[in-house]
Amino acid sequence: MSAPAKGSKLFCLLAEYDNPEALVVAIKRAKEAGYTKLDGYSPYGVAEIADALGFVKSEMATVMLCGGLVGATSAFCMQWYLNAVDYPLNVAGRAVSDPIGWLDSWPSFIPVTFEGGILTCALSGLFGLLAVCGLPRPHHPLFNAPKFEAATRDKFFLTVEANDPKFDLNTTKEFLLGLQPQSVVEVPE
Amino acid sequence: MSTGVLEQHGDGPGVAPHVEAMPLAIGGNHSLGSVVDSIGDIATCVKPHPREWYIVFAAGFAMFGMFAVAVTYLLTMGTGIWGINVPTAWGFAIINFVWWIGIGHAGTLISAILLLLHQRWRTSINRFAEAMTIFAVMCAGVFPLLHMGRPWLAYWLFPFPNNFAMWPQFRSPLAWDVFAVSTYFTVSVVFWYVGLIPDFAVLRDSSPTKIQKWIYGMLSMGWRGSAYHWRRYEKVYLILAGISTPLVFSVHSIVSFDFAVSIVPLWHATIFPPFFVIGAIFSGFAMVLVLAIPLRKWYHLEDFITDWHIDCCAKVMLATGMMVSYGYFSEVWMAWYSHSEYEWGTSKQRMFGPYGWSFWCLIFCNFVVPQILWVKKWRMNSIVLFSVSIVALIGMWFERYVIVITLTREYIPAAWGRYAPTIWDWATFIGTFGMFFTFFMLFVRYVPMISMTEIRELLPKKSGGRDGHASAEGPP
Repeated sequence: MSAPAKGSKLFCLLAEYDNPEALVVAIKRAKEAGYTKLDGYSPYGVAEIADALGFVKSEMATVMLCGGLVGATSAFCMQWYLNAVDYPLNVAGRAVSDPIGWLDSWPSFIPVTFEGGILTCALSGLFGLLAVCGLPRPHHPLFNAPKFEAATRDKFFLTVEANDPKFDLNTTKEFLLGLQPQSVVEVPE
Repeated sequence: MSTGVLEQHGDGPGVAPHVEAMPLAIGGNHSLGSVVDSIGDIATCVKPHPREWYIVFAAGFAMFGMFAVAVTYLLTMGTGIWGINVPTAWGFAIINFVWWIGIGHAGTLISAILLLLHQRWRTSINRFAEAMTIFAVMCAGVFPLLHMGRPWLAYWLFPFPNNFAMWPQFRSPLAWDVFAVSTYFTVSVVFWYVGLIPDFAVLRDSSPTKIQKWIYGMLSMGWRGSAYHWRRYEKVYLILAGISTPLVFSVHSIVSFDFAVSIVPLWHATIFPPFFVIGAIFSGFAMVLVLAIPLRKWYHLEDFITDWHIDCCAKVMLATGMMVSYGYFSEVWMAWYSHSEYEWGTSKQRMFGPYGWSFWCLIFCNFVVPQILWVKKWRMNSIVLFSVSIVALIGMWFERYVIVITLTREYIPAAWGRYAPTIWDWATFIGTFGMFFTFFMLFVRYVPMISMTEIRELLPKKSGGRDGHASAEGPP
């Protein structure tokens, strides 16, 4: 399954490195050469790889902030609506008679508001991460590459995708071989 | 091939001096691959499991069986089989609930707060401490559910449209508790799972059998380690740590509100939230040590859980032990200083009344015994430290016992009573240990108990890591 069958579409070229520093250098050179559909793979997160790819700031903070605010607001409004409008419950004189006046007991609504915000923030983090990364995706062309298993163990990989406008099998392969990888393989779609 | 490119992103060419002075976070001479072999092979059962695993699992499973019997009898007969009655209507159920949930808090503290504080020693122990949190919260949740008498109606606790047109009363700490504990459980699971995704991917790629590859592959969600994914992942992980930190404080504060918002003498105190949170961390670290000391010996994980880790946990225990002791002093002081007849009278009852022995037991366990930890030689002795941790766990259980049986002596003598647990109280309590150890042992068997991803980041650069190591060299 390493070499693509004749006529099958190519997904990318995969260059292997055994340390993150070499991968970062290779990514920078590939960027300078004008390639845009690049990605780097590593067994643990290496900030410099993402920096070299130009992905400096992720969108996850915004996703989680919005998720948390939605949850906190809904939790507060829910409590007010349930305990002040739909079924007013006057316990221990902690409230007055009209629904807006019931907001006088807002401090008692804070714990659940806080927990609601935290809950939706965490859930939007998990599901947002999966959605933005396009996961779950148990079958990906890269898993067909024979050595790619080592990407979770101790190897670092650079991919140049075949849909890159500058991609040409022979010249790109030549170029990658010039970046001193340990190997370059073709990964079929 | 220059390695100098990394300098512009780091803290400068060298490693900060305080890092060099710190002890080893990882012993031995590990490479990226050997970390996977040492930790992953336990979860994939390539390495045989020690005999002790079978013993603990069998004992845990037997106790879990006892739990099943106790719960079946409880559901048949009702909560009358427990020793609860007015004035002590909660009894063991709330003691055990608070105790278990407190134990859980150390897991979140280690994984979240110590991450934010850049404490590298958290990395080896956070994974199993988070598992401990999840299982401890499950054990805790059992008690209020069973205490309801009709646990199948537990969903009444949540606001849902129903034909009684009734809603929870959101100005009650008991309603807050439902949201606090369920949020805490969910967020702990999310945090744990997010941390596990890359490790499941490692197991997918290193498992020997097809079925393991398939299961771990599904659990890893097809994680492939793209730099784009890592950047998002690390942001999510950091924010989860950031929100878990106030969460863990809020949860035990809300648990303490169950007591402090009432007007029972010695319960109605502003010290309760911090006092509860610190006690939770104290007992939680004791449980971390009770689990870490045998685990690292049985699985030969001394390279990852070094003496330094154990020493740090012991120091946290000593510090938090002193803080809870301050709480005990403060309670008595405030009772005396308030000139409230009831506060002071109840304090005297607590110390010298019919349950006085339990108060002195807690002082002995939580204040006297942990003083041993001032001596480094004893902190370094596994047997001494393990024993102190067990004593601290017993002491923290007594703390909640002392608080709850305050109900036997409050305002008017006509309302005084006695409380004694029955054999079914004990069977349920010991049964939750069975539940805890059954789940924990299964976790040890099938899930990497130390984060391989984070350990590999800690490796020195020359081993392919990211320089969390003490003897790290700057880029050449």
